Amino acid sequence: MKNIGDPIERRDGRDKVTGAAHYAYEVPVPGAAYAVLVTSNIAKGRIVDIDTSAAEKEPGVIAVITPRNALKLPGEPHLDPPDRVVQVLQDDRILFSNQPVAVAVADTFERAVHAALLVRVHAEAAPHTVRLEDQLQNAFPHELMGGGRKIPADETRGDVAKGLREGAQTVEQTYETPPETHNPMEPHATIAVWTAPDKLTVYDSTQWVFSVQRKLAKAFALPKENVRVIAKFVGGAFGCKGSAWSHVVIAALAAKQTQRPVKLALMRPQMFGPVGGRPPTRQKLAVAATAKGKLTAVSHHTTSATSQFDVFVEGSALQARHLYASPNIDSRHRLVRLDIGTPTFMRAPGESSGSFALESALDELAEKLKIDPLQLRLESYAEQDPIEQHPFSSKSLKACYELGAARFGWSASKRPAPPGMLLGRGMATAAYPGNFAPAQARARLNPDGTVLVESGMIEVGNGAYTVMAQIAADALGLPPEKVRFDLGDSTLPEAPITAGSISSASVGSAVLMAARALREKIDALGGLEKARQSAPLEGEGKAAPGEERKKLTMLGHGAQFAEVLVDPDFGTVRVARLVGAFACGRVLNARTARSQLMGGMVWGIGMALHEHAVYDERLGRIMSRDLADYHVPSNKDVMEVEPYFVEEEDAQVDPAGVKGMGEIGICGVAAAIANAVFNATGKRIRTLPITPDKLL
Amino acid sequence: MRLFIFQRAQSVDEAVNAQGAFLAGGTSLVDLMKLEVLNPDKVVDITRIGLDKIQEEASGLRIGALATNTDVAEHPLVKQKLPALSEALLSGASPQLRNVATVGGNLLQRTRCAYYRDLGTRCNKREPGSGCDAIDGWTRMHAILGGSEQCIAAHPSDMCVALAALEAVVRVRSATGSDRDLPIAELHLLPGDHPEREFALQSAELITSVFVPATPLAAKSRYIKVRDRQAYAFALASCAAAVEIDGGVVKAARFALGGVGTKPWRVPQAEAMLTGQRADKAAFAKAAARALEGAQPRKHNAFKVELAKRAVVRALSLAAGVAT
Repeated sequence: MKNIGDPIERRDGRDKVTGAAHYAYEVPVPGAAYAVLVTSNIAKGRIVDIDTSAAEKEPGVIAVITPRNALKLPGEPHLDPPDRVVQVLQDDRILFSNQPVAVAVADTFERAVHAALLVRVHAEAAPHTVRLEDQLQNAFPHELMGGGRKIPADETRGDVAKGLREGAQTVEQTYETPPETHNPMEPHATIAVWTAPDKLTVYDSTQWVFSVQRKLAKAFALPKENVRVIAKFVGGAFGCKGSAWSHVVIAALAAKQTQRPVKLALMRPQMFGPVGGRPPTRQKLAVAATAKGKLTAVSHHTTSATSQFDVFVEGSALQARHLYASPNIDSRHRLVRLDIGTPTFMRAPGESSGSFALESALDELAEKLKIDPLQLRLESYAEQDPIEQHPFSSKSLKACYELGAARFGWSASKRPAPPGMLLGRGMATAAYPGNFAPAQARARLNPDGTVLVESGMIEVGNGAYTVMAQIAADALGLPPEKVRFDLGDSTLPEAPITAGSISSASVGSAVLMAARALREKIDALGGLEKARQSAPLEGEGKAAPGEERKKLTMLGHGAQFAEVLVDPDFGTVRVARLVGAFACGRVLNARTARSQLMGGMVWGIGMALHEHAVYDERLGRIMSRDLADYHVPSNKDVMEVEPYFVEEEDAQVDPAGVKGMGEIGICGVAAAIANAVFNATGKRIRTLPITPDKLL
Repeated sequence: MRLFIFQRAQSVDEAVNAQGAFLAGGTSLVDLMKLEVLNPDKVVDITRIGLDKIQEEASGLRIGALATNTDVAEHPLVKQKLPALSEALLSGASPQLRNVATVGGNLLQRTRCAYYRDLGTRCNKREPGSGCDAIDGWTRMHAILGGSEQCIAAHPSDMCVALAALEAVVRVRSATGSDRDLPIAELHLLPGDHPEREFALQSAELITSVFVPATPLAAKSRYIKVRDRQAYAFALASCAAAVEIDGGVVKAARFALGGVGTKPWRVPQAEAMLTGQRADKAAFAKAAARALEGAQPRKHNAFKVELAKRAVVRALSLAAGVAT
């Protein structure tokens, strides 16, 4: 019986499509009131007055809470990153457009929406800036966070200036990516219920129940145990639900103040600013290579934006440190402060925006050298980490290149373009860290012979209910249907944030260890039938990274190939075909893994061609603030998308042998498409997204 | 959403006498009511009053105002006699929206200007005299033709562009019970000093049908739409064109532009330039240039001038059967 890797159907699929799965806002809570945020129209300034009289007169309105009358929080609602500084009606400052400044609470959702619109905020505006270019002179270095550890802003090796001089050809260019926003299908939503004056239960759409728990405990000065956070299903997150933003604290505050359970969901336009997004980046690349294509210098300097009051660094220049063999490497990160909401992790933060720049520059270099772009990458294939000068735990990038190229037909000549169209092909490398963070799990044998496995991770579309049960079943020697996995509750064993491609590796390892511990007990009792008599029987698993992470670099790799069709009159681009081959350690479930990768690749199409949170710079406000104006690919924009796996054994990355697949699918896609557009048109687009106007 | 009176009309006369905002598919009205951009005191449901037939008359098709966008787009007679209309409808919105959106509603579709929809900004169309934040703001999707200092909101409809090129006539029932016919070119108003006045209709008037002449010209009509993605996106530029050719020479031509005007944009002088000319790209390009004369691009939409010209050339070429 094979189990691990089997394409078992998603267990929660039926519940999700029939509506039986309750997302945060849908949890039935008797007597709940509805809260709707009022957000600022200006980008910077001070609230002078808030007129709530019209709103308060409306039928059904329970309260309008503003900084004037809001309960003073007994504690500071701030934790260490990845937590974010929040604005929770405690003062009159406005720090960015769309910042929460009040909340209307009513007996129905419609009445709360109307009341929120009736609130008149009189604010004194101060000059603001939301343009990265305007602040470049004030850029400053700041360390990054990655895989739970601090990463220096700058790393160098050798002498890049010398390397650039030694190259037969060099490319020095600037690439830009725009602000983007996550926009999962399910907007952020929270239900806060005070079950006692000092006991709070929260149903939240979050990627980390434990962080929400800690933040609320701190804000309300409660012991952690008095706050319970539950998230059984999350309708997409992609990073924006990795931090508990203002509305979570405001929901709990409103519930306390109105003495009723309160439901608060963000309206779609409120997803643009107050809950993070990918910051704009400006990336300066300098690369050089010998005539044969051996890299002599890789310099990647990136500047990204953060808010005035918090720090998030988009790690766009990190890959330059680990991806290609070059004697001379210079990777730098700079930040500028703008009057915007704090940006945050957005699918493959850094790697997706950074790979656009790096992989575009390499394509330009290959073009100058007149060699195949794939050949250029093979010439500089890194057999060990070029900065750390130590081995990889495993690396199958060559196999990815081979498989991807073969499936795509890279070595064959281009097929003829359809009449009136231009056809182009491009490729890029993908890489994402094999992250691993401490995680705990518990496995319990029930008297009926079934096993319940638990850990407080999140089902966010990743297939957690299915895949974790598969891991446990495999270790227990049971058929998967005998094992149930439960998650999304702060009373369960602690799991790390479900983000950064961490979960399958980390929780997967903890589940594996818990199942093994239980199996030992079962075996000691003489097998399952006998062990059932002694049920319940428990096994615990604690997984944590060790010293090996200092001696080895752990990366998942992939190769992306794109074919595009361009209408030369209109500048419209269609991605006819995307082929990606990925090596990410052990594949736990071929079906859910394929979905993960496909989702990432499709998002890459959006990053390349569509996504742009457009600021009105005078107002300091995002104006593409609904899904009609903020474009993501429609079904018609997605043609052939083919992810393939390269199986990889890695005994060192983590006990489960897994490098997470959550992010790598998007990495490199925008570059592969941009490179294909160049191949089709001769036009090099260095500023995303590639909209028709840029190709006219 | 504000409180409103809801009334269900059982007949056309009852509808016009009800003196309220007419609710058909609701894809525009309900959306804007939720945003509190439109706040009617009374909403009159007209979905039960018939008016959904598509009928052949002596010289054309009469399309009921309550026929859905899908019904019209997929109707065999429409596909055969008015292909541009079918293509325009299918290029708009999404299948879910087209299944409920009606012809009458589409004729009265409101702009998608982001400022019009955002109560946190100023908009003369939404709140007369308050100012326009769009003109010096994010103008990529805005009009380059027909704007004023008060408003540059683009007209969003694809269907109306095809109807403009096909010289459709809108039939309207007034509160007095009488019918009047209005050429589509007169239905939509330029913003001028009063962008809040969008249609040449009296308050209780109801569009009951639209008549589209089924000419030989119309039978060869085509619609081209350029947009940022392949579906569910408004036009950056679009063109409906119809050309009648005799021996390689243009006998008659009609075309209208979308995505670039504050209303569906038709320039009869540009069409007239084509009559008697060889049907080729050079002639089409001249007519396109004439149609775009007077264009006033703003900060982010200068590209629309050239893009619109190219859309015109493509649409005319397709309609004329000239290689693109």
